[in-house]
Amino acid sequence: MDSIAGTKPALRWAVNLSVIFLVVLWLVPTVGLLVSSFRDRDQISETLWLLAPFPVEQNFRIRAPADDAKQVNGAFTITGNIFGDEGGSILRFGGTRSNPTAFAAGETAELTRDRILNVQENGDFIYTSPQEIRRDPSIYYSLATPPDFSVENYQTILTSDSMDRAFINTLTVTIPATIIPILIAAFAAYALAWMDFRGRGFLIALIVGLLVVPLQLALVPLLQLHNQVGIGQSFLGIWMAHTGFGLPLAIYLLRNYMVGLPRDIIESAKVDGATDFQVFTKIVLPLSFPALASFAIFQFLWTWNDLLVAKVFLPSNSESWVMTVKIADDLLGSRGGDWGILAAAAFISIAIPLLVFFTMQRYLVRGLLAGSVK
Amino acid sequence: MSPLLQGIVTVILGVGGCVGYFFLSNLVLDRVIFPARGGDMGRNINRANVVRPWLFLLPALAALGLYLVYPVVGSFWRSLYNRAGNEFIGFDNYQIMFADQGFQTALLNNFLWILIVPAGATFFGLLIAQLTDRLSWGNVAKSLIFMPMAISFVGASLIWKFVYANNPDIGLLNAMRLFLGAEQPLDVLQLRFWNNFFLMVILIWIQTGFAMVILSAALRGIPEETVEAAIIDGANPLQVFFRIKVPQIKSTIMVVWTTITILVLKVFDIVYTMTGGNFGTDILPSYMMSYMFRDDGRATAVAFVIMIIVLPVMVWNIRQARAEMR
Repeated sequence: MDSIAGTKPALRWAVNLSVIFLVVLWLVPTVGLLVSSFRDRDQISETLWLLAPFPVEQNFRIRAPADDAKQVNGAFTITGNIFGDEGGSILRFGGTRSNPTAFAAGETAELTRDRILNVQENGDFIYTSPQEIRRDPSIYYSLATPPDFSVENYQTILTSDSMDRAFINTLTVTIPATIIPILIAAFAAYALAWMDFRGRGFLIALIVGLLVVPLQLALVPLLQLHNQVGIGQSFLGIWMAHTGFGLPLAIYLLRNYMVGLPRDIIESAKVDGATDFQVFTKIVLPLSFPALASFAIFQFLWTWNDLLVAKVFLPSNSESWVMTVKIADDLLGSRGGDWGILAAAAFISIAIPLLVFFTMQRYLVRGLLAGSVK
Repeated sequence: MSPLLQGIVTVILGVGGCVGYFFLSNLVLDRVIFPARGGDMGRNINRANVVRPWLFLLPALAALGLYLVYPVVGSFWRSLYNRAGNEFIGFDNYQIMFADQGFQTALLNNFLWILIVPAGATFFGLLIAQLTDRLSWGNVAKSLIFMPMAISFVGASLIWKFVYANNPDIGLLNAMRLFLGAEQPLDVLQLRFWNNFFLMVILIWIQTGFAMVILSAALRGIPEETVEAAIIDGANPLQVFFRIKVPQIKSTIMVVWTTITILVLKVFDIVYTMTGGNFGTDILPSYMMSYMFRDDGRATAVAFVIMIIVLPVMVWNIRQARAEMR
């Protein structure tokens, strides 16, 4: 392949371009979320996030003060400047709510009942009406607002929507549910890898079989069980559930790794009088660190990102919502159209997993390979 | 006590308990039950070594038995009872379910998911693995395509809401359609039948990285000579790929395929977040969740149907594992 790619620049170009295309395709949705989470909420609904670096045309309304009206030649006229002293640049304007940007700046708009409105680019307006002006007339106008990036969405979601609470809850579920299965699985994996006993082959087959048991089966009977023994829907319940569900993969990964450790080391230690317990804690466990790390990352990502187990084994109230449940069951309903808030919430929930992913990718890949490539 | 503190205490208790159990149980076995001294020393050491594996396995087997083996039986048993759980009704839950239009839709959709998602993810994974194989910046590209693996299904669904949204100022897809001259924005999630495929795209987007990582390693494991020999014999790149490389990594492709198939049968998050199962997008896991907490008999019946669909893969996996051990 090297020689072919090396001798045909056209092919090399094609490969490079297609990979660039695919990478962009894969990244675009996430980038969209990230950009949107920093945009001002009004700007989000005005232009696509791809146009975020450019000024946004936004509509505003001002009411001309009726008290300023002067009577000239039988008509009543209000003059003034939309911007006051601040200055600005009008793009379009209009006199009705239904068509707020009907006219370009500088044009003269003839409104109903013979009223006339003229707005200049610099904001100067003249409003003329043949009748006396009783109520302040509305002037609609649009101008280009500069791109507005801020962390306001994040502040809102963390303070007024109690996403901070959900974050803590997710962390609370994740830490014990990641650490406890590792230890239980490590001992079992050692027994399955390096101890000889009847039924070992059967147990290994059982573990492989349990790897694919659908979680859905466990929900009803276990929740019932938890209710009967008094655990109910609680953090303790979800820790136990995650431990149970994570064990098959943990044992499988760790056994695959431990089997590959050099036989000489373990046997010579045993010859020197080490017990199985010592061999395990002093030799196998430290050597298995890469496999332990891979499983820890898997289990961390899985429990952090889980929605199903959290929905079933945790109580459904705002004090115990983890982030996934919070987003899916609460924010999508109550903040359904608030795209900036939704984007910020989503990004808060995926930030830690992304951090873990990019810093420990090596272990993740190794674990995947140990689990799948034969 | 705040939950986080409770969690930390649990970690300490759990880890301490595990270490304590393993240490003490081994100690008791070696010192008290079968002490390695006196006249029976040799016999005692042997007997202790027969028991020891089970000490190591006990906590894991207890947890597996309770949390995965028991539920298979327990769920099946529960599915034979009525909604309240107090009356045995045989297979009535299944009969009513199979007659239900919603279940039929979910079942059909699920088969579509099983067909398309593993195929799509494996195809893109293989394509990207091959394209990046000898690329100088291949690892960066792979890392970026692998990234969605870390994102929750809920997060991914939100990300894709920004692609599919009906409002062309939010949804990338509709913005592009309008840019290319379409008259009206289109809500793809309400487009009957086709909306399923738009949801599948999300899972393919997530899983391609997984397929890519594994297939990429498999491609690297192919002996160089076979490829060189083919090139010398005049094979073009496509022939090298399809005739030489793919046949050699066939078993890995199967593993990837089945792993993703299993995953498809677990994921209810995407449908739940994107459409809530409306507009004909239900799949079995989301259909089950609509009965969870309302009718446990029905919910367990759905779960058991999922189990039956998984069964062939389970058997295949076990046979593979056994073949390897020999």
